[in-house]
Amino acid sequence: MGVTSVRLHPKNRVLGWVEDRLPWLSFVSAHTSGYYAPKNFNLWYYFGSLALIVLVNQILTGIFLTMFYKPNAAEAFASVEYIMRDVNWGWLIRYMHSTGASLFFVVVYLHMFRGLMYGSYKKPRELVWILGMLIFLALMAEAFMGYVLPWGNMSFWGAKVIISLFGAVPLIGDSLVEWIMGDYLPADATLNRFFALHVIALPLVLLLLVVLHIAALHEVGSNNPDGIEIKEKKKPDGTPLDGIAFHPYYTVKDLFGTGFFLLLAAFIIFYAPTFGGWFLEHDNFIPANNLATPEHIKPVWYFTPFYAMLRMIPAKLPGVIVMFLGIVLLFFVPWLDKGKVKSIRYRGLGYKIMLGLFAISFVMLGAVGAGVSAEKIPEWFGADADVTTIENLFGRFWLIVYFAFFVFLWVYTRFGFEKTKPVPDRVTTHA
Amino acid sequence: MLEIAKKTPRIGAGMRKLAVIAFAGLCIVGLASASEGEGMASANVRMDDNASLQRGARLFFNYCSGCHSLQYLRYSRISEDLGIDEKDMANLMFTGAKIGDKAIDNMPPANATTWFGKAPPDLSLEARAKGSDWIYNYLKSFYLDPSRPVGWNNTVFPNASMPNALWELQGLQVAVKHPAEEGHEAGVEKLELKTPGRLDAAQYDQAVRDITAFLQYAGEPAALQRESIGVWVLLYLALFTFIAWLLKHEYWKDVH
Repeated sequence: MGVTSVRLHPKNRVLGWVEDRLPWLSFVSAHTSGYYAPKNFNLWYYFGSLALIVLVNQILTGIFLTMFYKPNAAEAFASVEYIMRDVNWGWLIRYMHSTGASLFFVVVYLHMFRGLMYGSYKKPRELVWILGMLIFLALMAEAFMGYVLPWGNMSFWGAKVIISLFGAVPLIGDSLVEWIMGDYLPADATLNRFFALHVIALPLVLLLLVVLHIAALHEVGSNNPDGIEIKEKKKPDGTPLDGIAFHPYYTVKDLFGTGFFLLLAAFIIFYAPTFGGWFLEHDNFIPANNLATPEHIKPVWYFTPFYAMLRMIPAKLPGVIVMFLGIVLLFFVPWLDKGKVKSIRYRGLGYKIMLGLFAISFVMLGAVGAGVSAEKIPEWFGADADVTTIENLFGRFWLIVYFAFFVFLWVYTRFGFEKTKPVPDRVTTHA
Repeated sequence: MLEIAKKTPRIGAGMRKLAVIAFAGLCIVGLASASEGEGMASANVRMDDNASLQRGARLFFNYCSGCHSLQYLRYSRISEDLGIDEKDMANLMFTGAKIGDKAIDNMPPANATTWFGKAPPDLSLEARAKGSDWIYNYLKSFYLDPSRPVGWNNTVFPNASMPNALWELQGLQVAVKHPAEEGHEAGVEKLELKTPGRLDAAQYDQAVRDITAFLQYAGEPAALQRESIGVWVLLYLALFTFIAWLLKHEYWKDVH
């Protein structure tokens, strides 16, 4: 157990009465002051608590948005403008929700990269990783459906393109697409069901998965930047030598991290809420119109790496398969990586280089998916440059690098190519 | 500074990292906002220039609102936000609307379609969808073109169905064309003012800038509130973060 359970007996008679029947204070205490976390967490370890803060923000602001939003194709767009203009503080709630959506992906991507860097997916934390990946999947579905709700033109066309991906399924594809949309086009029925899924179904799934993610983590204990199991060296009282109580040490540290994060978030909310068209796109200030296709249909920035995978493959079904593989392979990382050393600090040079390239490939694919490369190629190669050919070469190169990471990881660790450094006995603190 | 850094190396390194992150974040914000409206003259509109917004509102209701509505914006809101008193505002309401009504144009949609081929679009969100630079340049780029149904064309939005509603102010522009190449239509090289209007070039630029500023405001009236409140929120959060940091430092004294 990562948590130390102590049965509390509160002096207050009411609390004591409740505690004897439902030991909720004992539970809270076991998971906060009774949970020992390694004392050497660095900057990368803020993003888990920040993801939780953003989740709470999304739920609270979301509740207020549903009080004024109309899930109806004829009224949805105007109801969002009503929130932005006529509802008291509606603009603030809406910007907190829209900025929160993008920042959710910022912190989740950094949180996942932290896991890869320090080997947090390795035994005994495989299930923590799997549950985290399921959260990521649910989050992608949640974000996609939320993006459709304002019923702007990019909402409409984005929905059309993404839902049509299911049309690539052999035999039943077309019927599947109709079944999902409830119509031949994204329409009122689609908007209504996406609203239902976005405001209740998926948030319930997300909350459940988050509880399981943390429960599984507390069972095995947190990893750390040195990748050492702190449970192996204990004090006489049974607590880890290199561990400190999550509360108050990490609650107070995360309070600071949260303050800093909110400062950045508030800067965006108050001074750059559209983030130059990256968080709220220009084309989504035009109402949905099935007769006017936006010049460039593209998803919001956080989906662009996966969208690029789809676009870089010439045929639809293989494209869809490659895109899903790009996500599915991440589930298998705990078993692809046979290396025993967890932290990048003590791993072989090959792993360091490949992980770096993997991160770069993700960003580069994102740039391709967002249309940045299509915009820059004429600038760099002259106006006559063949944009499609150069972009395909560029995109496919990084696509190969992305997938090469998984192959490399297995070969490198399975056949003993990795030269690791000795791992220290105790955690090092030199932050 | 060096002294402090020596005494508390942990804090120094941590704060440096945070500073780097904050700096990187600000750079991204800068890059993101710089990437808007490329290749066009900048509109340079200022939301804190109330006189410009007021002039823009007057120009809009005199020259634009006959055809274009602002269906999400109420007259009362404009009056309140821009400090135009209700009597003056009423002088700008040509449709017999009441002060609490939304600024809807008076043109029957069927007639609009007959006259222009397409009903003139609502402009509530024009600045958010197209950007203020686009509006500014568009309003400066009309020229006479007898080949078009209403006699006007536009270099920013070729074959626009809208005539130059501001011609009295700007005057009449004509296009100077490139020599036509084989198989291609002659492109517009530049626009020349043939007949001057009531305003000179600099005054017209300012008038267009005022209209653009007003439309930018109309796209997001909350922007005025947002930018003035934001400072206080940031200051509060900075203080909160600093106190949280002190608290963290205090608690962590016994972690070795």
